[in-house]
Formats: sequence, C-alpha cells, structure tokens
Amino acid sequence: MLEAKMGQPIRRKEDQRFLTGKGQYVDDLKRPNQTYAYILRSQVAHARITGIDISAAEQMPGVVAIFLGKDVEADKIGTLPCGWLVTGKTGPMVEPPHPMLVTDTIRHVGDSILMVVADTKDQAKAAAQACVVDYDMLPVVASIAAARAEGAPNVWEQAPGNLCYDWEIGDRAATDAGFAKAHKIVTIEITNNRLVPNAMEPRAAIGEYDSGTGDYTLWTTSQNPHLIRLLMAAFTLHVPEHKLRVVAPDVGGGFGSKIFHYAEEVLVTWAAQKVGRPVKWTCERFESFVTDAHGRDHVSTGRVALSKEGDFLAMDFDTHANMGAYLQLFAPSVATYLYAPLLGGVYKTPAIHVNVKAYFTHTTPVDAYRGAGRPEATYLLERLVEKAAREMNMDSIEIRRRNMITTDMFPYQTPLAFQYDTGNFQATLDMALEAIDYKGFEARRKEALGRGKLRGLGFSTYVEACGIAPSAVAGSLGARAGLFEQATVRVNPTGSVTLFTGTHSHGQGHETTFAQIVADQFGIPMENIEHSHGDTAKTAFGMGSYGSRSLPVGGSAIIKATAKVIEKGKKIAAHMLEADVADIEFKDGNFTVKGTDKAKAFGEIAFAAYVPHNYPLLTLEPGLEEQAYYDPLNFTFPGGTHIVEVEIDPETGVVKVVDVAVADDVGTIVNPMIVDGQIQGGLAQGIGQALLEEAAYDEDGQLLTASFMNYTMPRAGDFPFFKVGNHATPCTHNPLGVKGVGECGAIGVPPAVINSVLDALWSLGVRDMSMPASPQKVWRAIQEAKAKGTSADAE
Amino acid sequence: MENFVFHTPKTVADAVSTRKGTSGGKFLAGGQSLIPVLKLDLAQPTDLVSLAGLKKELSYIKVEGDELVIGALTTHADVAGSDVVKKIIPSLAVLASGIGDAQVRNRGTIGGSVAHADPAADYPAAILALDATIKTDRRTIKADDFFKAMFETALEDGELITEVRFKKPEKAGYLKFNNPASKYAIVGVYVAKYGPNVRVGVTGAATVAFRLPDFEAALAKSFDPKVLDGIKVSEEDLVNERDAKADYRAQMVTVFAKRAVEAAH
Repeated sequence: MLEAKMGQPIRRKEDQRFLTGKGQYVDDLKRPNQTYAYILRSQVAHARITGIDISAAEQMPGVVAIFLGKDVEADKIGTLPCGWLVTGKTGPMVEPPHPMLVTDTIRHVGDSILMVVADTKDQAKAAAQACVVDYDMLPVVASIAAARAEGAPNVWEQAPGNLCYDWEIGDRAATDAGFAKAHKIVTIEITNNRLVPNAMEPRAAIGEYDSGTGDYTLWTTSQNPHLIRLLMAAFTLHVPEHKLRVVAPDVGGGFGSKIFHYAEEVLVTWAAQKVGRPVKWTCERFESFVTDAHGRDHVSTGRVALSKEGDFLAMDFDTHANMGAYLQLFAPSVATYLYAPLLGGVYKTPAIHVNVKAYFTHTTPVDAYRGAGRPEATYLLERLVEKAAREMNMDSIEIRRRNMITTDMFPYQTPLAFQYDTGNFQATLDMALEAIDYKGFEARRKEALGRGKLRGLGFSTYVEACGIAPSAVAGSLGARAGLFEQATVRVNPTGSVTLFTGTHSHGQGHETTFAQIVADQFGIPMENIEHSHGDTAKTAFGMGSYGSRSLPVGGSAIIKATAKVIEKGKKIAAHMLEADVADIEFKDGNFTVKGTDKAKAFGEIAFAAYVPHNYPLLTLEPGLEEQAYYDPLNFTFPGGTHIVEVEIDPETGVVKVVDVAVADDVGTIVNPMIVDGQIQGGLAQGIGQALLEEAAYDEDGQLLTASFMNYTMPRAGDFPFFKVGNHATPCTHNPLGVKGVGECGAIGVPPAVINSVLDALWSLGVRDMSMPASPQKVWRAIQEAKAKGTSADAE
Repeated sequence: MENFVFHTPKTVADAVSTRKGTSGGKFLAGGQSLIPVLKLDLAQPTDLVSLAGLKKELSYIKVEGDELVIGALTTHADVAGSDVVKKIIPSLAVLASGIGDAQVRNRGTIGGSVAHADPAADYPAAILALDATIKTDRRTIKADDFFKAMFETALEDGELITEVRFKKPEKAGYLKFNNPASKYAIVGVYVAKYGPNVRVGVTGAATVAFRLPDFEAALAKSFDPKVLDGIKVSEEDLVNERDAKADYRAQMVTVFAKRAVEAAH
C-alpha cells in the first residue's frame, strides 16, 4: 500500500463502486410514486407553431398531465439565463430569451415543445407522440456562412444580420505597425469543427415536492449543483435556496455539457409540485445529440507578420463564432475571454489583435466543452505557426524556439491581458522531442514509404489558462457570478475526517485526490477520509467543476481549511500539553512540543475537541470543523508540447496515429496516475476532434450526425499507447502550486494531429486539411493534389 | 417498444408452425439486429418466435465432401474460433472474427445475419464468393438467387434458414473497410478461387451484396492484384452518402479487392 502522501500514484477510491456497478446515478434513483416525463422535441429547425392539439394524448393510458409553453409562462417561470455579458464594440450582446418550452417559434431541431407526465416512460412517450403540432416552416440559417449571407433570415428580430456581438481585444495600431514592417505575411483560414460532447451518461433529472414542508428537491446530472440552485432561485423557478435542494449524485462524465442550467431541471421540479408526485426525466441518446450544448464551431482567419529572420512581429485574428439558436450559460465568454487571450500562445509576439463576431443560427446552442475556447485558439495559432514555418522555409521547431517566451521572462505580460506566472516551454519541447525519438523520424518515414505509407510528424507547443477564475477580474469582464471555491473539513470525534467541497467529481477522481491532500496534511490514512460533494444540503456552497478549477481553486480552499484545523489543533494541544502554542509543532499526524517528546496524536486532539473535559473552553470553542473560501489571485497557465506521428495509407486515406508524445506542465502533481489519466482522456478527445468527430448540419438545420452510427466517437483501439511526460514548474500564486490538468490533452493535441497529417501529405502537394481528417477527406485531398499536379518537386 | 407475444419452440418444425400462426411475427435468433430495431421502434412485430430452443439442433460446424456446413444458429464467435473453419476456409474465420464487436459475435448467428441481409453485413460477401447454398426448412437456395435488395432475400414469409453450405475454395481472402463510426463495412470484398474460376462478392458498397464479373474474369486469367488496376468499378449502383460517396466507394472496391487477392490463402 502506497503512503497517503502528495505525489503518490494511489489507486482511485471511487473505482470500487464504479467498476462493480454500485454507482448511484440519477437514473438509478427511484422516488416513491414517481411519474415519468417525456419532452416532445422539434424535428424541424425553424417554424412558427400554429396550433397544438393534445386532446387525444390527454385521454391516453397513464397520462397524468401535459404541459405547454403557455403553462410555464402562466406560472411566471423565467427563461434560461446567460451567465456572462459580453460587451462589444457597439454595445452589449444581443441576449434573446431562452424559454423552457417554446410558445410560438421553434428555433432548432431539438427545441422543446411540450412535456407529458405519465405513470410510465413508455406512456409518456406514446402520448407525446400523439400530440399534434401544426406549424408553418420558416427559412433556416444553419451555419455561420448562412447566418452572414446577404439577406439571410434572422434567427432573432432583435439581432439583425444574426449578429450577437462584435468584440475585439488587443492593440489595433501596434498590430498594424507590426504588419507594416513585415518581411512576409502568412495567412490561414481555419474551421474549428462543431462537436457533440456525448458524456457516457445522458442527462437526467428528478423533481420532488414535499407539500408538508414546501421543500423542493432536484436530483440532476450536474457538474455544479449549487450554481443550478442559485440560477433556479434567482432566475427560473423562483423557489428560494432554503426551500430548494439540488443533488448531483454520481455523474457519468460532463466535459462541460453538464455545467449548464437546462430547461428539464426546472420543468421536472415545477411539474412535481403541479402533479403532486415526483417527476423523472431521462434523456434518450438522440435527444442528447440535439439538446446537450455543443462545443466549438468557429470559422477564423489568422495572419502573422514575420521578420526576415522569422520573428513574429504581430498577429491578427478574425473569428466568427456560432452561438446556435440561444445563448447558453457561458457561450458568449467561451468565444471571447476564454479564447482570444490564448492566441498569444507560448510566443513573445509583441502585438496581437483579435476580433470576434458571434452569430445566431438555427442549430443547437454551443457552450463550453472540454477546453472551451482554448482548443480553438491553440488550433488556429499552431496551424498558423506551422504554415509560417513552411512558407519561411524554416524548421517547425526552430521557428517555435526562436519566438518562445523564455524562462527568464516570467512573470510574462502578454499583449492580450494575461500575465503568465511561470512555465518552461523549452523544457517540455525538449522532453517531447526526446520521447518521440525525433532524430529517428526521417528513417521511420523512409521505412514507411517502402511499405507504401506516408509518415508525418506534427507539433503543437501550447499554453492554456485555467483554474477559473479571479472573481473581480471575471466580473469586470462581464461574468455574472463569482468564481471562488469552498471547502469544509469536518474532523469527527474519533479522528476521521469528512471533507465537503463545492467542486463536483464526475470522472476526475476527486474522492482520491482530495483525500490524498487531506491525508498528507493531517498525517492520517486515506481510509479515514470521506469526500462528500454534489448535495446542496450537505455542502455549504461552491461554484462547481469546470475549467480545470477543482484542484487549483477547490484544492486551495481545502488547504486553507486544513490549515485552520491544524491551527486550532495546536491550541488544543498546547493546553493539553501545558505548553505555549508557539512551541507546538504539527508533523506526521502528531502535535509535539518543540524540542521534547511530549506529543498528542491527531486523533487525541480531535477527541478532546468533542469531549472537552481538559480543554481551554474560555478561549476556544469545542468541535473541530473548519470552512474556507478561496478566490484565486490569477488564472493558472498549464502548457507544454504535444507531438503526433501519423502514418497515412494513400490508397484509402486512412490516418493511423502511430505515436503520441506529450510533455505537459500542470504544476505540482498530487496523484500522477490520475493526472496521466486526465491527459490521456483529453488526448483521446482532442485526437477525436482532429480525426473522427463532427457535428454536421445540412442547410435545413438537420443534424446529419445524430447517432453513434455516423458520429464517430474515439475508441481505445484508435490510439497507440500515449507517452505522457511531465515537467512541473509550480504555480506561484496558489498554495499547492497546481495548475489544473482536466483540459490540456484536448487543448494541445488537435493541431499536432493536423500538422502531422499535412507533413505526411506535403510531398504529394496537399496544402490544407480540415478537421476531422476522415479517410474520405484525406483520400479526396490526395486525388485533388494529384489532379493539380502540385507535388513539392514541381514547386 | 411495443408489446409482443414471445414463443419458445423447441424444434424447427415447431418454430415454423408457430411463426405461421402469427399475423406479424418474426423469428428471433441472436437478436443483434432485431432487438435494436425493436428498441428504436422501427418494427413492431406482434410475435417473436425465439430460436433459442433450437440451438442444439442448428448449431454445428462440419465438413461434408468439399463443403463446409454451418448450422444456422452457430454464432460468429463459434465460426471465428473453429479449427475446422480455420482449416477448410480460413478467410471465413477471419470474416467472422471481424463482425461487430465481441458481444455481437457471441450472440449473433450466421442464419440471422444472412436472413436479415443488411447491405453492410459481412456474410453476404462470403455467401456470394464461396458459392454457398442456403438450406431452409423447405428447400435449398443458391447464393446467386438469395439476396434481392436491401433487407430483402428470396426467403418466403415464415421460411427459416437451417444451414449454410460453403464450397471449399482453392484459396480465398476477405478484407473490409469499416465505417469509422458504425464499424459496418463501407466496402467488404471476398475473393475466392476455384480452379480456373474466380468469384468476387462485394458487401457494403451498394444496397445489396453483389458479384463483380469483370474482376472475376480478369482474376480467372491471372490471380494477381495488378490485373484489377485498369478495371473501373461503376459508381452508378453504389451507395452515395456523406460518410462515403459513390466515387470513393468504387475506388475502395478496387483497393480492397486487390488486398483480398493478396491476402488470399
């Protein structure tokens, strides 16, 4: 058994219940006398409803109630709020209402029309399908291009030209000056493909109302139950926090899609009171494809001005972001503050300007998805840098090294608001090059060519910003919430510990990592610590888990709370050992009097705190429970190098990922096994975006890839064993020195994949490739290059 | 899913007469296609006639003369793992080992797959290339007469496949190109050499499995992948979907036919 210390690869405590089927997910829960809800979703993208006939459905067996949009309105239920106000060049963003159930206009496939509550799920579904909805079809804009087209129909009257906002950051004049003195300007146009999150567990919710007390309870698949309760109290259900309990039990993956407040959470809780029985709703997979918030969906142009020697003089980016039909909770910030400042990357480019225009379309709303803005930035920047290297005839690594921020430059103020506290980009580059055997690549390329296969090597050197966020900074940028975190450490009378956190674990392994931190702080065994999270009735407050914040922000709150416990413990020990508190030391689970062998164990102090017979009652309260809130001083900036080696079969276009070597700097590591797992999972998602996944809409707004039959999820067999390296430079502004690891895999790797694909195809004359680089697309690019006869030799 | 009556006959005769007595019944073999169809409400049979009780009678692999004979309820896993299959027609074991995933192979049966006639299933290519005969409760049907259209075969309503008989080739090979999402074949090509004759069965590329007479004639002259280079596969009848357009499928038919010839043993 490994010691419960920081840095030990301890196996996850929670896996026992997850791997033996003992997890308790929302859909596993059954409330007494519960009913089932089914929500009728729109099959069309844009239509005006002219009538809804529920008379036949109401008579069907088991039907308890049918609710329409007007019923929701009549009860003064609010619309789904947006949590971030982006103010653009011409004023605040257009913020249209996002109703729980539409009343007159359908705006995307999957929009919610009505809800049937019945005794069984099948009865609810059958009745919903028996409801007759008459509507007039309206013209559709299903893409950024369609939304921007001359004379395009408007998704919202209040948003002419479908523009939500037009926003900029950076110094325009300095950027223009940089371009004015450029030796060469390199331009790239890039689409960042829309993705469907597809958590393994679909969303689900159960609402319950106790008519005796007037209390409401909602069980929901959420990454942040307190945030949901806050939004329901303040904006949607209007039931105050003290009468509303929100529980997010075991949750089977979120990746961002379970941050947001969804209509179903309100509908089941509201309906539970109306029908006087608990109401349960579980999403079907098709529904999940069209109602879970999607990710990405940008079209961008990037330009870099280069000196003759290859220095980046300035960069200029112009991005169009698809918001979908409504503004989801964080969507406006994902395409601005979580995106644009990262376009500085690991480079010392002196002047950068970014313009972002966000558009409404008749598609499922987009919001934060693993990486949230930072993968989009990294992809655009690292593709641009690679293209610059090609056009400057420079080595891909040399151009990066030349422009990289060096270790002596930290803290480094970027031209895009961020101040990087620490990092060592050169070290991660060296590590990853070594791990992939960079020197041996040309020999491997030659060997592959002998077998008729094309090898390529692609790089991405990236930095990201996470651990969100300093509340005052976020607030000044438009956030409508604070972004601190809370932890409570309850030491029980016999010395065991219950830890309550506002962060929520839905795959991250917090129950292990956090227990490890507490065990390390208190010098007690891991099994003496229980982590409780996900229930507003148990945990005081918290903003939840997203943006790789649980450890940098939540972990810091834990450290603060444990420090308070130790401080109080010292006072108790001083009294019991008849010593001055300044002479008490705490180490390895023992309070000792400095320079003596007089000691009290952690458990003895805990016991004394609850059985205060020999206790300084006049100056100290009994009990041993401490709470701490932590608001971060800055973002954290993980970064590193991702290198991907691919082998392409030119006859079929199949891209095989043959090697992946990454070296990341995520700061101090608590549990290396969990960190490796997070990076590997992120890499799978990032390579998934680059090679496999795509939420594709046709021009009528139908999602063409709305099932696992044609939306390609990454599988373990698609990947080689990832070489995961680490080079830690501890974060300088939080107590653990941690930076967060949840998203780096998905952020860093997509450009490395596409850069490697282009490297492999370069000699055939292929000059561009979009994500996902599917076999058919690669094959077609090869055919087109052959037809043009643009082989490298001919240039 | 709609309710249905569930029957559990014990013999082929029982199963066929039970099925005959239903107005809209279906046989249920391994259920790897039918159950998902029911769950998605794409079919609402009144009755399901389970063939589980016929397992003893219809699950076997044997050799009779120059034929490999496989009972209709033999699972893909059994075919993939069979020493007899590996010895007589090794490429058929390869085919079976690549169907779906482990769960599908452990439940899915050869009879069920052939009767379902999914245009992207693997077995139809083998049926055509290995000149199989399909034996039912009432007759035998030749490979070339069996597959009619998408999900449509020569089977009459209520007719039950009891065994499939493959002719042992001199050598044969099967290779498929999977749809990356569904893992069904975008193109699967089975090439089999019988003395001076060659048969080529293609699945996945069109709405029904088909043979390629041009390829067969060229390979009969010389069983060498190079002879296929100049022969253009018509795109006309091929499936033209976003996932794989007809021109791409046509090219992949050639690529995988060549690779199947190379792999043939």
